[in-house]
Amino acid sequence: MSKVEAITLRDSLSVSLTVGAYGIAFGAASVANGFSVVQSCLLSILTFSGASQFAAIGVIGAGGSALSAIASASLLGVRNGLYGVIMAPRLKVKGFKRIIAAQITIDESTAVALGAEKRGPDAMQHGFWLTGFGVFLFWNLFTLLGALSAQAMGDTRAWGLDSAVPAAFLGLVWPRLENNRDRALAIGSVLFALAMTPVLPAGLPIIASAFIAIAVGLRP
Amino acid sequence: MNTFWIATIGTSVIAFALKLSGHSIPAHWLEHPIVQRINALIPIALLSALVGVQTFTEKNEILIDHRVAGVSVAVISLLLKAPFPIVVLSSAITSAAIYNWF
Repeated sequence: MSKVEAITLRDSLSVSLTVGAYGIAFGAASVANGFSVVQSCLLSILTFSGASQFAAIGVIGAGGSALSAIASASLLGVRNGLYGVIMAPRLKVKGFKRIIAAQITIDESTAVALGAEKRGPDAMQHGFWLTGFGVFLFWNLFTLLGALSAQAMGDTRAWGLDSAVPAAFLGLVWPRLENNRDRALAIGSVLFALAMTPVLPAGLPIIASAFIAIAVGLRP
Repeated sequence: MNTFWIATIGTSVIAFALKLSGHSIPAHWLEHPIVQRINALIPIALLSALVGVQTFTEKNEILIDHRVAGVSVAVISLLLKAPFPIVVLSSAITSAAIYNWF
């Protein structure tokens, strides 16, 4: 691989730190919902998908069965499969590297990679691996921290983290909006997801918005 | 194996299976121009939906709170062509300020 551009490194680090810090909230919530510190850390290492993890511990915490916890988490994990379809032809990796690539194929690594794509295939690949490993590192460190000090952390909202994450996603989708069709799709997806929020289980409105992209893409 | 272990292991196994399956679909399935076009549009839709859901909802309800102010500042930063860390930081500071003082 060629030299990593400063802008790619900066984007990857910003996202890794911002999103990774959310691991504190997960670790704390997980322990509060009855999972052990080891189980909380295993979820972050092995599942490594924030939405799925929150869904799993949330369902158990609300008194749901292990099966419904797994089902809810898996429904949210479908999104990562979709990202895999997008990333596989771009990464072109095989064997062990493909296993690792699959594990770190999440919202953030995909978003940073696609955002960096305008600067060429090298920047795109750097963005994917740096963000994937970066989020993995910080997400797991902060999960451990949060799980160990479940009470002490307090409220991540008081630190603005709950705005920083959508702001980061917005900053990543912004440069991809090149024409009016893209902008209409972006606004349409927001409105659609919001309209579906009271109707569909949490997480599904996001997945369902992919159908709008498909509908738009099918038109010549 | 209690409920917590089954949930932990089950969630993890299926999460990885889903990730790997995405990477395992044959590349030629994606070579058609329509597939290429959809492939480029899907991230816009998903990321936009993520922004919307994380800004305006709480569980299954629409909720307007400090996050809307934070993300609005992010929009202004982006319109002013601010660099990415400024976009994120200005949003966090705005949101935290409103959350803590109102």
